[in-house]
Amino acid sequence: METQVNFDYAPAPESRATVSIKPKYGHFIGGKFVAGSKHFPTINPATEEVLSQVALAGKADVDAAVKAARKAYTTIWSKMSGRERGKYLFRIARIMQERSREFAVLETLDNGKPIRESRDVDVPLAAAHFFYHAGWADKLEFAGLGTSTKPHGVAGQIIPWNFPLLMLAWKVAPALAAGNTVVLKPAESTSLTALLFAELCQQAELPAGVVNIVTGDGSTGALIVNHPGIDKIAFTGSTEVGKIIARAVAPTHKSVTLELGGKAANIIFEDAAIDEAIEGIVNGIFFNQGHVCCAGSRLILQESIADEVLEKLKKRMSKIRLGDPMDKNTDLGAINSKEQLLKIRELSASGDAEGAQRWSAPCDLPTKGFWFPPTIFTGITQSHRIAREEIFGPVLSVLTFRTPQEGIDKANNTPFGLSAGVWSEKGSRILWASQQLRAGVVWANTFNKFDPTSPFGGYKESGWGREGGRHGLSAYLKGVGHE
Amino acid sequence: MSNRIDIKKTYKLFINGAFPRSESGRTYEIKNTKGVFIANPCLASRKDLKDAVVAARAAHSGWNKASAYNKGQILYRIAEMLEGRRAQFVDEIISVTALTKSKAEKEVTDSIDRLVWYAGWSDKLSSLSGALNPVAGPYYNFTVPESMGVIAAIAPETPSLLGLIDAIAPIIVGGNTVVVLASTKAPLSAMSFAEVLATSDLPAGVINILSGKKDEIAPWMASHMDIDGFDISGVGAKSQGALRVGGAENLKRIFSFKSADPGRILAFLENKTVWHPIGL
Repeated sequence: METQVNFDYAPAPESRATVSIKPKYGHFIGGKFVAGSKHFPTINPATEEVLSQVALAGKADVDAAVKAARKAYTTIWSKMSGRERGKYLFRIARIMQERSREFAVLETLDNGKPIRESRDVDVPLAAAHFFYHAGWADKLEFAGLGTSTKPHGVAGQIIPWNFPLLMLAWKVAPALAAGNTVVLKPAESTSLTALLFAELCQQAELPAGVVNIVTGDGSTGALIVNHPGIDKIAFTGSTEVGKIIARAVAPTHKSVTLELGGKAANIIFEDAAIDEAIEGIVNGIFFNQGHVCCAGSRLILQESIADEVLEKLKKRMSKIRLGDPMDKNTDLGAINSKEQLLKIRELSASGDAEGAQRWSAPCDLPTKGFWFPPTIFTGITQSHRIAREEIFGPVLSVLTFRTPQEGIDKANNTPFGLSAGVWSEKGSRILWASQQLRAGVVWANTFNKFDPTSPFGGYKESGWGREGGRHGLSAYLKGVGHE
Repeated sequence: MSNRIDIKKTYKLFINGAFPRSESGRTYEIKNTKGVFIANPCLASRKDLKDAVVAARAAHSGWNKASAYNKGQILYRIAEMLEGRRAQFVDEIISVTALTKSKAEKEVTDSIDRLVWYAGWSDKLSSLSGALNPVAGPYYNFTVPESMGVIAAIAPETPSLLGLIDAIAPIIVGGNTVVVLASTKAPLSAMSFAEVLATSDLPAGVINILSGKKDEIAPWMASHMDIDGFDISGVGAKSQGALRVGGAENLKRIFSFKSADPGRILAFLENKTVWHPIGL
């Protein structure tokens, strides 16, 4: 029975007083901030307010960063005992916890994600990654690669804009624990928390040059990938760029890990706990505005429950609160950039053009900033672009199946293989489906859960290697047997 | 004895459990070190590779599902069959290489023992690479190694039999299926090894063996979109970069190995992590 009481939420904005953003930033090289030559604006995507001017690193900047990283590797970091290296990582984890609110607010301002997510997910998980890997630094002989492991040397790391600080932590923490030094480039639209992390490194008294941060766009990324002074490349981003990197490093000695795109299936069997599954579907695709490589962007429903699930899902989607990311009650924040918004619009338009039915939750979009309402498409076939291509936005494509095997076959019918979801109350079916799904992470009766102890990464064109756990750490050590 | 005309073997490919000639009709000549003609093995074509990949893909689901115990027993069975035919393999190795009899015998012995070593790994891989992950929340979370799918391999020129086994066995023991190119100069023992496989209860298509030229086959393997991984140990260092470029289009996992160790098996396994809530 519908209640007649109107539960509106009063605004509950988080204060931005905790952060101080400089008008202009340089690069962090050799333990110091050095001025950049060219700059570009970084904006708050929820308001289009210019937050700061960020430097665009060119060849000289990248050269200087690699040189600083090499010097730190040769003279300090590779000679330091694992126990001492670990202490620095523990310090970093602790300072990140101490300054967590500052990181969360800055992340939300620069990225557009709801403060609830940056505060409760991104920043705590980032700190946890440093704490977890800190403990590995003096135990590398137990990492499963034998007792004669070695770091690669200088790692070049390129991270995306969807989880800026968290992706930094996924990259920097295992690299340093294993004894590498790093040159990291944050994404063009979300550099600020990486630059705040540079300040944190100074507070932690991390030796100069162990962490170097250069900001810039794809051209800076290419300079890192192709730099002869770098031994290891770690990239998180699109499959398209991942393939370019794979080709670029193919003739070199560089070791590579790639964490790329996805088109995850979220399979709901008819015996699933429907209300829980609805929450899982919503979390799967609308968490972080759908800017998640492992987002559950293909809902695959058993036909017998499809109508019921869609009705409940639409009702639930109507309750999603879209708006000011700094409001603690906001569920869905801003799309990270105009470019990304145009991409989401273009792919959604292809859904309309190819005959799918679009439904968007009724909500008022703010007049400034970049916004897209929570949206589902039904009447989809597997050949539709919106069933095949990564949208990276709050757009869910719905397919149906009759037999369990048909559900699995549809789920696996993609060149991606990053993640998948399966919902059923029957244990044997959960385990069967988990075995059948060709994906590196399977969330059963849950979705979008992450932990530093839990390896994450894809099959097929979703990438090379894992991040997290012993498997992720091993990517930063020289392995046995293969080159 | 000496008046009898002996029956020479036609060396053919091994695809999907059968012994076809190359669809191209091409062969090449093998001579021994003294220049005496030995055999005309098939010069495999791109179509032969495609057929082999189709067979390997079709075989993957069943082989992947086979229990680790079953896979281990089949690998052990291959060793049993090879043991019973030692003499033939020693002769074939000697016929085309300059190896002494004792060295050829050692290669066959090592090949048999290596198969047994790999066989024993089948049910220990999840102990080696799996994990129960202590996540910070009420979830049961585990990681298990799982086969990638279809893996291609280039066996080294020498040792022709032991090198072939080091290419094949680590790939299949974890549930992958394989398409391998045998030593170009000395393919006879590899092609006879297919006869061992055919009598070892190995399902058709799990191992497919081609003979031919590396320069032709390796780039086709690299760019084939339905091959998931590629062992290029048998390719010279100078050619490896181009193959890695060719394999980038489907982000093939490409590795080169120097020794037989468990890392060689794990390289062609994916790690899958499964989460499930714990609660009432």
